[in-house]
Amino acid sequence: MKPDPIPSSEITPKDLYLSRREFLKTLGLLAGGAVLAACAPKLAETQSAATAAPRPATASPRPAVTPFSRATADELGDPLNSYKDITNYNNYYEFTTDKQGVAVLARDFPTSPWDVQVHGLVHRPRTFSVDELIRKFQPEERVYRLRCVEAWSMVIPWLGFPLRKLLKEVEPAGSARYVRFEAVYQPEKMPGQKVPFYPWPYQEGLRLDEAMHDLTILATGLYGGELPPQNGGGIRLVVPWKYGFKSIKAIIKIELTAEQPATLWSTVAPDEYGFYANVNPRVDHPRWSQRTERRIGEFGRRDTLMFNGYAEQVAQLYNGMDLRLYY
Amino acid sequence: MNLPSRADNSIIQPRRLTNRRKLLSIGIHAIGLLPLLQLTVLWVRDSLTANPIQFIEQFFGRAALNLLMAVLAVSPLVTLSGWNALIPHRRTLGLYSFFYFVLHFLTFAVLDYGLNWGEILRLSAEKPFIIFGSLAGLILLVLALTSFEYWMKRLKQNWRRLHKAVYLAGALAVLHYALALKGSLATLSGDISRPLAMGALLTLLLILRLPAVRRRIIFLRHQIKK
Ligand code: HEM
Repeated sequence: MKPDPIPSSEITPKDLYLSRREFLKTLGLLAGGAVLAACAPKLAETQSAATAAPRPATASPRPAVTPFSRATADELGDPLNSYKDITNYNNYYEFTTDKQGVAVLARDFPTSPWDVQVHGLVHRPRTFSVDELIRKFQPEERVYRLRCVEAWSMVIPWLGFPLRKLLKEVEPAGSARYVRFEAVYQPEKMPGQKVPFYPWPYQEGLRLDEAMHDLTILATGLYGGELPPQNGGGIRLVVPWKYGFKSIKAIIKIELTAEQPATLWSTVAPDEYGFYANVNPRVDHPRWSQRTERRIGEFGRRDTLMFNGYAEQVAQLYNGMDLRLYY
Repeated sequence: MNLPSRADNSIIQPRRLTNRRKLLSIGIHAIGLLPLLQLTVLWVRDSLTANPIQFIEQFFGRAALNLLMAVLAVSPLVTLSGWNALIPHRRTLGLYSFFYFVLHFLTFAVLDYGLNWGEILRLSAEKPFIIFGSLAGLILLVLALTSFEYWMKRLKQNWRRLHKAVYLAGALAVLHYALALKGSLATLSGDISRPLAMGALLTLLLILRLPAVRRRIIFLRHQIKK
């Protein structure tokens, strides 16, 4: 059955959608008829993020085929990549190195319920469920460029909240300097984790001031809908001024530390992937030129921007640092 | 098309195309054309990923490498099986490998870098993996150009010596492959299983070519026959 276009008056406001999600959960009704309701566009109330583009006052009603975003472009005017491209072209080695194969292998990967343990040098260590985080921190839409170290890029409308809010909740100790993230390890569900050449589980890290920056978010959704498993559901990090591999997917642990944490890719190839991994057209990777990139959906290459176009917001974090040394 | 058998130790056979030899010839061309067919099917099915240029570039690279391995496998196969009729088809496979390398390079230079020669030359000078690829490609080019009878007759003994460079091309191409993927040979980690498998295959094929090993195998084969 083809759903009819939904009049704008019927588009589910964010809080309603959230409570309905809870409601459906408690009733255990996510199957059958409930799916119809769940398929309605899950529109985020688009609180304007610093980076979100101005959008039309009235969103045009659309059939509930895929979740959608009211934004159409990033703040530089470049259009969003399609939901299909974003959810079918994924670098997620826990599943497979085949970018098209990830969505297929991840299809049945359970992302809900999902818990995140926040611990380490904090005064109030705790485990949160993603549902609780969503209720507490009210995800907003953030349209970010994602620049992969392999020199391709996309524009993606995430739903998420600043990591800072979560860190404040657990009260970092004065000795905390870094944040370490650890992803889920489930080799029976993630066939790529059976490949012996990687120090699984995936781990990543940020300096505390990077983690506290407003652009740094934990994403729980995409295109106004849920975060599909192939994009890092239950919950993932998004740090838009760094290469994509910093934005760790499927996080189960967040730990505050005094020492700079090890990261998966800098363990695998220390001379290729540094801890900082800021997008920087002037610091080349031994394999890929970082001077240019291909925006998915475009034919030619375009110049890569310093800090992926977020220099104004983040450059001051690295004052006085030699970015060639700290790549 | 079956040219008179050349060089190496193949047994001179009557030139008439028997059905069996025709079939073998068709089979060889099928192997060479399979990647093109595969790519067409993927294209029709809209399965070239969201980043088709990179996908095609990598696809042709893998096709060139696979066929190069096929070339290197011919001689050991003949050693093991005694199927001398395979020998003349080495050249065909080699030319297919060269063909896919040319497509690989054209995708890289034309589609990926829009014939921005400044950038292409800079990359070729800077990136070790491109340097190895270019050396392998250069060897394939020289071998393809000299693969014709004219050169074989002119270069005589040197032709065989020259064409041994196909092993070097194989080694350089495997290295190029290993370095093109997100892994590290230094720490032996990352995306290296396939390049390692290719390297192991190449090593095995090389060992089977060593004169002592080859003589031994041929001797054993004759023993078994008796
Ligand atoms: C002028 C010579 C060459 C150049 C400039 C070149 C360029 C490249 C580039 C840029 C890539 C990376 C593509 C990407 O991941 O975006 C690549 C990958 C590759 N190349 Fe080449 N290449 C050359 C010669 C060769 C030769 C001679 C072979 C094999 C006979 C070869 C086989 C491969 C393979 C197998 C890959 C990896 C494909 C994959 O990721 O699965 N290349 N090459």
